[in-house]
Amino acid sequence: MDRSEIITDKFKDLFRDSSQRLEKNSSELINSFRKEAMEQFLALGVPGRENESYKYANLEPWFAADYKSYFIPEQADFKIAEDFKCEVDDLDAYSLVLLNGFFPTLNGTLMELPNGIWVGSLAYASVRFRDIVEKHYSKYALNGKDGLVPLNTALASDGLFVYAPAGVKLDKPIQIVNLVESKEDMLVQHRNLVVVEENTDVELIVCDHAISPQKFLTNAVTEVFVGQNASFDILRVQNELNNAAKITHTFIHQERDSRAVTNNITLHGGMVRNSTYHWLNGTGAESNALGLYLTDKWQHVDNFVNIDHAMPDCTSKQLFKGVMDDFSTASFNGRIRVARDAQGTRAYQNNNNILLTDDARVYTKPQLEIYADDVKCSHGATVGQLDEEALFYLRSRGIHKDEARLMLMFGFAHEVIENIKSEAMRDRMDGLLLQRLRGELSRCTTCVINCEKDLPHC
Amino acid sequence: MENDQDKIISDATSGEYKYGFYTDIEIETIPKGLSEDVVRLISSKKNEPEWMLEYRLKAFRKWQKMKMPEWAHLKIPEINYQDIIFYAAPKQKPHLESLDEVDPELIETFNKLGIPLNEQKIFTGVAVDAVMDSVSVKTTFKETLADRGIIFCSFSEAVQEHPDLIKKYMGKVVPSTDNYFAALNSAVFSDGSFCYIPKGVRCPMELSTYFRINAANTGQFERTLIIADEESYVSYLEGCTAPQRDENQLHAAIVEIIAEKRAEVKYSTVQNWYPGDKNGVGGIYNFVTKRGICKGEYSKISWTQVETGSAITWKYPSCILKGDNSVGEFYSVAVTNNYQQADTGSKMIHIGKNTKSTIISKGISAGKSQNSYRGLVKVHKNASHARNFSQCDSLLLGDRCGAHTFPYIEVNNQTGIVEHEATTSKIGEDQIFYCNQRGISTENAIGLIVNGYAKEVFNKLPMEFAVEAQKLLEISLEGSVG
Amino acid sequence: MLQIKDLKATIEGKEILKGISLEVKEGEIHAIMGPNGSGKSTLAAVLAGREFAKITHGSVKYMGKDLLEMSPEERSKEGIFLGFQYPIEIPGVSMVNFMKTAINEHRKHRGEDPISASDFLKIMREKKALVEIDSALTSRSVNEGFSGGEKKRNEIFQMAMLEPKLSILDETDSGLDIDALRVVANGVNKLKRDDSATIVITHYQRLLDYIVPDVVHVLFDGKIVKTAGKELAIELEEKGYDWIKKEVDSE
Repeated sequence: MDRSEIITDKFKDLFRDSSQRLEKNSSELINSFRKEAMEQFLALGVPGRENESYKYANLEPWFAADYKSYFIPEQADFKIAEDFKCEVDDLDAYSLVLLNGFFPTLNGTLMELPNGIWVGSLAYASVRFRDIVEKHYSKYALNGKDGLVPLNTALASDGLFVYAPAGVKLDKPIQIVNLVESKEDMLVQHRNLVVVEENTDVELIVCDHAISPQKFLTNAVTEVFVGQNASFDILRVQNELNNAAKITHTFIHQERDSRAVTNNITLHGGMVRNSTYHWLNGTGAESNALGLYLTDKWQHVDNFVNIDHAMPDCTSKQLFKGVMDDFSTASFNGRIRVARDAQGTRAYQNNNNILLTDDARVYTKPQLEIYADDVKCSHGATVGQLDEEALFYLRSRGIHKDEARLMLMFGFAHEVIENIKSEAMRDRMDGLLLQRLRGELSRCTTCVINCEKDLPHC
Repeated sequence: MENDQDKIISDATSGEYKYGFYTDIEIETIPKGLSEDVVRLISSKKNEPEWMLEYRLKAFRKWQKMKMPEWAHLKIPEINYQDIIFYAAPKQKPHLESLDEVDPELIETFNKLGIPLNEQKIFTGVAVDAVMDSVSVKTTFKETLADRGIIFCSFSEAVQEHPDLIKKYMGKVVPSTDNYFAALNSAVFSDGSFCYIPKGVRCPMELSTYFRINAANTGQFERTLIIADEESYVSYLEGCTAPQRDENQLHAAIVEIIAEKRAEVKYSTVQNWYPGDKNGVGGIYNFVTKRGICKGEYSKISWTQVETGSAITWKYPSCILKGDNSVGEFYSVAVTNNYQQADTGSKMIHIGKNTKSTIISKGISAGKSQNSYRGLVKVHKNASHARNFSQCDSLLLGDRCGAHTFPYIEVNNQTGIVEHEATTSKIGEDQIFYCNQRGISTENAIGLIVNGYAKEVFNKLPMEFAVEAQKLLEISLEGSVG
Repeated sequence: MLQIKDLKATIEGKEILKGISLEVKEGEIHAIMGPNGSGKSTLAAVLAGREFAKITHGSVKYMGKDLLEMSPEERSKEGIFLGFQYPIEIPGVSMVNFMKTAINEHRKHRGEDPISASDFLKIMREKKALVEIDSALTSRSVNEGFSGGEKKRNEIFQMAMLEPKLSILDETDSGLDIDALRVVANGVNKLKRDDSATIVITHYQRLLDYIVPDVVHVLFDGKIVKTAGKELAIELEEKGYDWIKKEVDSE
């Protein structure tokens, strides 16, 4: 039996032994998808390097490892989450804390914000808003080749639910602080569903943090429905420890004249894989996929983006930038697909990388697949160093070489950050970026966790 | 104007294949099918030494265990290897003393293809190895070249006459088990060209191989080996055509190039195998492994290809840049029309220091065709200061075709600079309008624009070939190109 | 202030500067003229410390110190300013951040505390007015998307901010229309102090109508072949560079 079979067998046993517990903790609706999803996972397995879209990611060791905990603890210790405050100066947002993918009960299970948007636990929502969940759940998370998506469908029991009914107006963003913390090694699988109905507007800020040094593997699936003329914006800031692996799959289904922005900013993490899918399913839709990754030590960051232009007159942009230090590696795998008759498509894609050491590596694979002719599509990918001319220009104004290098790296990375909608978050990200580039821990100044003291591996 | 354009583009499908005739000539074939016995039979037909047979058998045994690659963006119908004739040769005397002894039918065939075998009739200074089906018919200017120590002959002849060179170099760049089609070729290859340029020699004329598939139901499996010794230079041309038939025919070739220190090899291809008719019936399946190694420092290999033919093209001329300061280049125009499919591009493997590579690829899709660029640029850990620039553009003529780009970039050294750019668009209406406004018809305008678009690559071809290529482009897109 | 002695420099093994000697004193304006490819820009780059040219011979003394020993940023902090012929675009780095960093490095060098935000903004405002630069320009990334004229004005703006002792303006007039030329020249004139000096490198005499030089040098084939007063510029404009070529050839 080879390693991949050992892994699938492990999950097969886990599913068999735990299905009672799983079903008890979630609704009938969510349970109804599990069996088929598990079969699908067993057929596909954990993607190995032979899978084109995982060619450069090495997931096997993370899945082969034994985790003490795979599910919601019956009695969660939400104390830490209560203490954890992630305040951003001038950021006026509805702030919520998730612990290991679950809602601490102290936030309530499902609540209506003053602006009429519902936020809460998906497990609860699948009862309270059964029709809405039924209409959208597991309808967009479709990738016939990636076993990790059905694995999540089979084993996840809760996650974030956001529902913006038609016509409600967003007054401020919703900030989700997504903590992983455990006394034992843990596999976390949460499932999120965001429904943004027509003419509404939702902005999500998700901050991922691992705050204990145990081994964590997260496999999270997020489905988003963006209705006609609606707008959805998600900024994900990933700042985890070297012992944490984070795999996210974000599926965004866009209707006519909708707008969606995804921005993954990976400041730190042992292994990070973000798969982002934009399905442009109505004319005039716009999508913007952005990403920034800064890696060092043995980290690996892998970004996969798929933009599907299914209908005419849609516009998409991708901008991914990375700076790799030490022995770290990064890969970018972006695809634009333009369906037959999706005329009037405008699609642009850019990936730029800077390698700082001889041992850092980068793999980039920007792809275009085009079946319509009235299109304007382009992509570019570069790997290189800092621009010598620009470096000289800065130095000729009296700026020290090291500072000049830092400024150039900052400028390089800032191009992604400047797309962030909220000014307060933009400033915060600039600050974190600068700390990160200076080799300091990019930790929010208001953070109550003392990493140096509490987390020696940090 | 919109309608005009549609009409013109749809007219493109009526383009006729000029080289679709068949030469009625006596041929010798072996029975259909592939087995170890067939491999032995081919080898014995060619009177090969034992080591060559062993080479073939090893490749064949490996091939039997291999699977056809599926990663390309191609729909390849199943190929029945038992339904193909693996050896076909025009019947002629075993040793030809002069041109007079070559079957006049054959000479006429090559004349019709624009390849005169009579040296007096050639003005252009091109030495030709003419290959029909499985064997080399005639190599011109052999003696002139021999005066300078250049060996230019058919592959079979080289196996007999220069076994040391063959043993030393064959299969070193493309190992017999490199991939499915390379293994197949290594088992059943029939003939091809061999060329050796000695130290310090600049080859005084273009060397050329012209491949012609004539017989029905046959596959063509030729291989070419070019060795450029230190500080030598050669420019090599390859052309190919086949008769118009309703059945698909298989072509799986290997080209290997070795460039020693400061040597330069230019390899140009105008590939015009029969593409099939406008309904996608017939045509050649073209699966080719072309690879060169820049072995010595400051060596250079440059691939230029104009791909207009074949029903299916699967081809990635590559450079292994092993020598420090070596240079690899790839210039390509790939045109697909009707139901043609092409998946073509290049690999640049940077191993030596200060190595440079350039990839310029221009895809043109029309009709219901699918045209893909696929390429790899890899910078190894020790390849400091490697530099690559890639530009891969696609032009779409019509709304039923596809244009795709799949570049892979892997950089393992921080001093490397790799840039990839690609654009995909339809032919510019403002450009056409601009031409119209100056009194140029839409048809001529499209011709001008498409030719201008491909010019960067045509400029890399030797003069005679560039003209040929331009004409070919016109035929391939006939109706849409003036 | 600046003494260049028999300076020779090569680029990729080719000798570009073939023995240049030049002395600039406080309060002076020098113009260096010459045809394309004569080595004007190389000289400017060498003085600012660009590493692409290799110094093979000679010395450069600036304020009594060996200039060639200094890094580009040290030279800047010691008061040398290069106005680039082609100012570099730096996406993502805002003009404000760029200038503030530069000013603070200069202040640190002089043993001063970093500038306060309000003082910095005040100086920015003043200098912007001085060089008639659109205030929107300073809220953008360094030179990014600037027109040719805007880039050159931005150079003069930076010069105003940094208050150099020795300004070297490399073809600052190229690509400017007459209004922009006037603005740039006015800026240079207004910034002139008794203890500062300017080297204006130009192909045409036009700029010298506005910035009147004390000394004009003609650089030809890596050497200064003629040095005279401002009338030399006018003579050059009338007779063209062929005249110099002929003179050099006949020698």
